[in-house]
Amino acid sequence: MKRLLDALSPILRPELTGNAKSPEVDNTAYSPDSRVDLITGANDNTTITDKVCSIVEEKPTIGWWGFFLLAFSVLGLLGIFVPFLIFWGVGTWGVNNPVGWGYAIVNFVFWVGIGHAGTLISAILFLFRQKWRTSINRAAEAMTIFAVICAGMFPGIHVGRAWFAYWMFPLPNQMELWPNFRSPLLWDVFAVGTYFTVSLMFWYMGMIPDLATLRDRAKNTVRKFAYGALSLGWTGSNRQWHVYERSYLLLAALATPLVLSVHSVVSFDFAVSQVPGWHTTIFPPYFVAGAIFSGFAMVLTLLVPARQLFGLKDVITLKHLENMNKIIMLTGMLVGYAYSQEFFMAWYGGVKVEKFAFINRAFGQYAWAYWIMVSCNVLAPQIFWFKKMRTNIWVMFAVSIFVNIGMWFERFVITVTSLANDYTSSAWDYYSPKLADVMIMLGAFGLFFTLFALFCRFLPFIAMSEVRGVLADQAHSRAAASAQSASEAAADSASES
Amino acid sequence: MSAEMSSSGAVETITAETAIDPKPVLMLAEFETADVLMEAATRMRDEGFKLWDCHTPYPVHGLDTAMGIRPTLLPWIVLCGGFTGFCGGLLMQGWMNAVDYPFLISGKPFFSLPASIPVAFELTILLSAFASFGGMLVLNGLPRFYRPHFRSDRFRRATADRFFISIDGRDRQFDIGSNSKFLRELGANAVEVIEE
Repeated sequence: MKRLLDALSPILRPELTGNAKSPEVDNTAYSPDSRVDLITGANDNTTITDKVCSIVEEKPTIGWWGFFLLAFSVLGLLGIFVPFLIFWGVGTWGVNNPVGWGYAIVNFVFWVGIGHAGTLISAILFLFRQKWRTSINRAAEAMTIFAVICAGMFPGIHVGRAWFAYWMFPLPNQMELWPNFRSPLLWDVFAVGTYFTVSLMFWYMGMIPDLATLRDRAKNTVRKFAYGALSLGWTGSNRQWHVYERSYLLLAALATPLVLSVHSVVSFDFAVSQVPGWHTTIFPPYFVAGAIFSGFAMVLTLLVPARQLFGLKDVITLKHLENMNKIIMLTGMLVGYAYSQEFFMAWYGGVKVEKFAFINRAFGQYAWAYWIMVSCNVLAPQIFWFKKMRTNIWVMFAVSIFVNIGMWFERFVITVTSLANDYTSSAWDYYSPKLADVMIMLGAFGLFFTLFALFCRFLPFIAMSEVRGVLADQAHSRAAASAQSASEAAADSASES
Repeated sequence: MSAEMSSSGAVETITAETAIDPKPVLMLAEFETADVLMEAATRMRDEGFKLWDCHTPYPVHGLDTAMGIRPTLLPWIVLCGGFTGFCGGLLMQGWMNAVDYPFLISGKPFFSLPASIPVAFELTILLSAFASFGGMLVLNGLPRFYRPHFRSDRFRRATADRFFISIDGRDRQFDIGSNSKFLRELGANAVEVIEE
């Protein structure tokens, strides 16, 4: 018990540990004529490099082991229930006749959505020259990769006969039959496959210079070899940086329309069908906003404890967290707007089944799920109107959990309510999950957190090379400001005399 | 690997133990800050060096111009990748669903452009991204796991907090005595020669 408390002390009692040395600096004040410091404290290239590399180089803390082992044992649920599912078939799930899409599709959409924040941070904020992305992009991109791995697992197992999952790809098979390219489900294969591949390349490429840093600091042979191989012989050559930066910019420019297309295509799975409640044109933008919303919540869920545990408060500052909270509030309201528009269009469109579908969503047999969704997604982020709240790490952590829950329920509400009560009332039924559904859902969380724990341990958690660039900018603007104030002072004294 | 001071005292020589007839292959000069490096790079360019490079822990803005690096071909490679992806994507869908094994589903046409756009779009992005990443590796000559630079212990800080200029031994103006003096003038903290 004492050891557990010791392990948690960086979070519970920061003043007792090394984190007290880097107290929370409030850099969120707005000032029109100067930029706030994105890296606080007395940090330079040397201290940033030491700080970030020490996470990988020092022995893992008990806190890390606790987190890793917990996540790994939850991952074990997949090891039990996925073989169980493959052996017995999808009958082990709670899916029934009207509701053929249960937890598997809900989890798939949920996890793909989580990934979107990582790409937004890494690609879209890069194109918009948002310097604050540099402190969080590595971890957010890692989150994207792991979330898409979790998402990709579900179509693989929900096809029922998992050994035929390769039929999803345009590969020659024994029937000499190609996949049907007119189906949105196939578009999904290409969208998610491309998304995973491009995100992985983008993430890895961004890491090459930082892996070279770890290689150059490595003391033992295994590390030298592993980081040496991964960093491809990078020497920080400016002739290489030149091509590298152009390539990174192009990848960002490619990832931007890609990320918008991925959740649009996922929404086509629903919107292209004729099912009431699904067949709406608002789905693509609504899904993309929801994806970014849920993804940012997951970034906060991961980074708020991580910055505390790894002593990264100078790098991932309150300003970064506040900016993310603002995006959560914005996208939360976009999602809320989409919920209201769906109702408006159902009424205005005048289609009876459509009207019924929405009234049924809010007041039918799944009303409980609908109102969990609304309170978590629309109401909870409203607390961020208050600056005190959006700069309080406990409040933002709590809201991020609510949003994660709410967005999972959003997918549940969309998928299940429309299927359970569609055109023919004689076919209606109530869907409830079985044990295997719940365990595989939990197991996916285990997979996600296990991969994230390993990432923290073995790969550079912060994009060091980019943060050094931000430090250089900061030093330049500080020098320019002091030069300006000096010249103003000189002008003042000249005019006085 | 052995490090010994050369007779001049200003240049350290690092020689591979296995080298039978060691020849200088690289000269490395360490600089403290990016500003000094930028100034030095401009002078190096103006002096007419060809096979030389700067090594920095982060991409330093303005260094490309200071060094006189010409814009890379990469965007054109990416354009070719994207074009191949788009055309290939449309051809694949048309051939598979309308030519090789036409099958009718819900009376939809065997091939229609709107239904083929999502897959063609994704393949455009996929092949462009491959071209961008692969093109970067090829143009940069990566992976190349051994570089003479790695013999220098000092050079390990090139990926953390120091800035370097390297001159290749094959450069026409390569000369240990005059080059090292020039680099010292430009503000180098230390100059090393790597022999192999």
